[in-house]
Amino acid sequence: MIGKLDSRIPSGPIEDKWTQCKFENKLVAPANRRKHKVLIVGTGLAGASAAASMAEQGYQVKVFTFHDSPRRAHSIAAQGGINAAKNYQNDGDSIRRLFYDTVKGGDFRAREANVYRLAELSVNIIDQCVAQGVPFAREYGGTLTNRSFGGAQVSRTFYARGQTGQQLLIGAYSALMRQVGLGAAELFTRTEMLDLIVIDGKARGIVTRNLVTGKLETHLGDAVVLATGGYGNVFYLSTNAKKSNATAAWRAYKRGALFANPCYTQIHPTCIPVSGDHQSKLTLMSESLRNDGRVWVPKKQGDKRPASQIPVEERDYFLERIYPSFGNLAPRDIASRAAKRMCDEGRGVGPSGQSVYLDFTDAIGRLGAETVAARYDNLFAMYQKITDENPYKVPMRIYPAVHYVMGGLWVDYHLMSNIPGLFVLGEANFSDHGANRLGASALMQGLADGYFVGPYTVGNYIASEKQTVIRDDHEIVRSTLAGVKAGNDKLKAIAGRTPAETFHKRLGKIMWDKCGMARTDAGLKQAATEIAALKKDFWSDLLLPGDSSTLNSELEHAGRLADFIELGELMCRDALERKESCGGHFREEAQTAEGEAKRDDSNFCHVAAWEYQGDGKPALRHQEELKFENVKLAERNYK
Amino acid sequence: MKLNLRVWRQAGPEKPGKFVSYDLDGISADMSFLEMLDTLNLKLVGQGEEAVEFEHDCREGICGSCSMTIDGNPHGPDRGTTTCQLHMRRFADGATIHVEPWRAKPFPIIRDLTVDRSALDRIIAKGGFISVNTGNAPEANTTRIGRDLGESAFESAACIGCGACVAACKNASASLFTSAKISHLAKVPQGHPERKQRVQAMVAQMDAEGFGSCSNTGACEAACPKEIKLENIAEMNREWARSFFVRE
Repeated sequence: MIGKLDSRIPSGPIEDKWTQCKFENKLVAPANRRKHKVLIVGTGLAGASAAASMAEQGYQVKVFTFHDSPRRAHSIAAQGGINAAKNYQNDGDSIRRLFYDTVKGGDFRAREANVYRLAELSVNIIDQCVAQGVPFAREYGGTLTNRSFGGAQVSRTFYARGQTGQQLLIGAYSALMRQVGLGAAELFTRTEMLDLIVIDGKARGIVTRNLVTGKLETHLGDAVVLATGGYGNVFYLSTNAKKSNATAAWRAYKRGALFANPCYTQIHPTCIPVSGDHQSKLTLMSESLRNDGRVWVPKKQGDKRPASQIPVEERDYFLERIYPSFGNLAPRDIASRAAKRMCDEGRGVGPSGQSVYLDFTDAIGRLGAETVAARYDNLFAMYQKITDENPYKVPMRIYPAVHYVMGGLWVDYHLMSNIPGLFVLGEANFSDHGANRLGASALMQGLADGYFVGPYTVGNYIASEKQTVIRDDHEIVRSTLAGVKAGNDKLKAIAGRTPAETFHKRLGKIMWDKCGMARTDAGLKQAATEIAALKKDFWSDLLLPGDSSTLNSELEHAGRLADFIELGELMCRDALERKESCGGHFREEAQTAEGEAKRDDSNFCHVAAWEYQGDGKPALRHQEELKFENVKLAERNYK
Repeated sequence: MKLNLRVWRQAGPEKPGKFVSYDLDGISADMSFLEMLDTLNLKLVGQGEEAVEFEHDCREGICGSCSMTIDGNPHGPDRGTTTCQLHMRRFADGATIHVEPWRAKPFPIIRDLTVDRSALDRIIAKGGFISVNTGNAPEANTTRIGRDLGESAFESAACIGCGACVAACKNASASLFTSAKISHLAKVPQGHPERKQRVQAMVAQMDAEGFGSCSNTGACEAACPKEIKLENIAEMNREWARSFFVRE
């Protein structure tokens, strides 16, 4: 069992902590860096930027992705934008304000020092990306422009139409490919990490599977960096890409890394509603649409008239009504729950009654269709392709969907997990967003971690540790490799009748119904029973055709699903133990008279970090107390 | 809907491949093309057969993974649409649909509908970047770029690297892909210091990978799901010529 969690937050005023940390860090001399090898898993914003930056610094970098190219990582799908405290709009923004908005947006469940650093680095990210040629939107005079996002009263979001994630990722990918071309970084595509090699308590390598040949390999180094994204696909239906998964993080957890706040899930308010059982994923409609779209439902229950025939006085613009100072740009968790309440009251629209309108009629009247098209046309076109409805003519219908996870592997201020040498960047860690992430902050965190934090803190670790030489024939290297092989063989040996996809849908339904937007003590206990039954069925009835020495997407899916099932169990347990509501975690037992989340600061102002205790044994819950010295703990108010 | 699918099945790069016929029933018009293939795979796997291997991930038309030719058209019949955004309402009930992988020598088939497109990454590695190490950047607003130029650079940069342009071209030319990156970086001032080496190195790599020449038929532009314009190729040719005559 591990001892007290040390977050290694530097002393001193919050403005100086990062400077102090960098000053205290040990350095590796440029000529010595080439002697050290860093293994980076994942090539999204965090992984690609870290790999490029560390290769530039002179370390030997090996970088891994299960995709055919680093450019496919799911960061690419982020639409709306990236926050930065540039104050270009002269509207009173500052690092402190971005810090404050993020802490408050996260419902006071994030670590202050990490969030402050994120806000501080946000301005460098924009500089770096512009220098790489990222084509952000601009004013006629040639300067950068901004738009507004939820949970903020300033305009600080930089964007490239509705494809900001794509443009930022291509920037990081280009920087990485430059290093690959120079021979400074070695790229392994179609290669999935399946285990972490821990020797003498330190992360020293990984086991990978070549997805084309099925070959299992080991890679050894001085440090391992996981930038493997989030686990929203535990819900089956989410806005995540189909292959996004928890496997790398989960296997690190099973090697002793703590998993923090697994129940913190972000349900995004504006997604295209589910249309049928065939649905394989959900599609997000960017939060930026709420700059100009107005969200409403009919005032009357069960009003089946088409939107155009419901007069204005019979409409309830509920976000504007309930949250007048933020209106349609209320934060995601707040807006999602409000939409759910409207549907629960029987005022939802569409065939299933499980959606609300996002209406651009007023914006088109005010700005003209051309201006609206310039801002959102790619989103409108995507909406029309999926739903066969034209949002210029009839209001969009939207409903909340799983989008992001704030939980992840526990890390200290250096973004290092409790296993020395294992660093975790981006969505894969838990550190910056508390219990709810604000829009346009995921891109900011991925790039801050990858460009500006990891390269310094990994360097400090390398400079501080005297590493023994480990070879492929080391006993632990061999046994870890053998364990991965045995795991794959075990899946193949089940030889049952039910495909992985069927189990995944079943898991998703349990998670969405009982560990989704609203959670209860009884529901979570019920979920635990149902997942246990599902797990038993999976391990006795999985059908897995094909063999493991070729490209076999069924095998990949089955392995990832086995991990999702266990993660689902832990999420329900974490949600059950956190007997308060905060941000995206809403316990029905803990709500205010108006139905808002009610925190319990005296008992739950902490990070819950779970330690694996072995198969079939309940995980052990550790706590890291959160101290608020710069922001006053208060009820989150957007009214 | 009822469908008759003719899907290219091939066990490996060196193995022979062929179209295999599958009948599907109960397909909803609201399904995406990939969800229709999911339905096929669920049926195949349920019968203990191997799933059809196809590339996909974001299913939002932006990751560039999907790579199949549908009835002779890369990404299917709709303009400006990736396969994942193509919906079954676009097909007639009872239709016969042929599905095959990208066909191009520099894209060897790995299995079924999955091909190896790493040649495109190698072209980028030769010059599809601006050499600016982390920490080297000046304040963002010191680089001013007019709005229209910025938009134009964005339109070139919108390429998703799927390779449909190559699959559509009778010569398997990667000119649209390569030129989109070259013109994106030629349009913005940050890209100018390296423009000479960039165009020469990227074009040389494109040739070394075995992609064919451009003969300006425009099939690539018609197939491009992001509607990248043919003008990018003209821009690339100008950059290439310029690289021999203009002293930087």
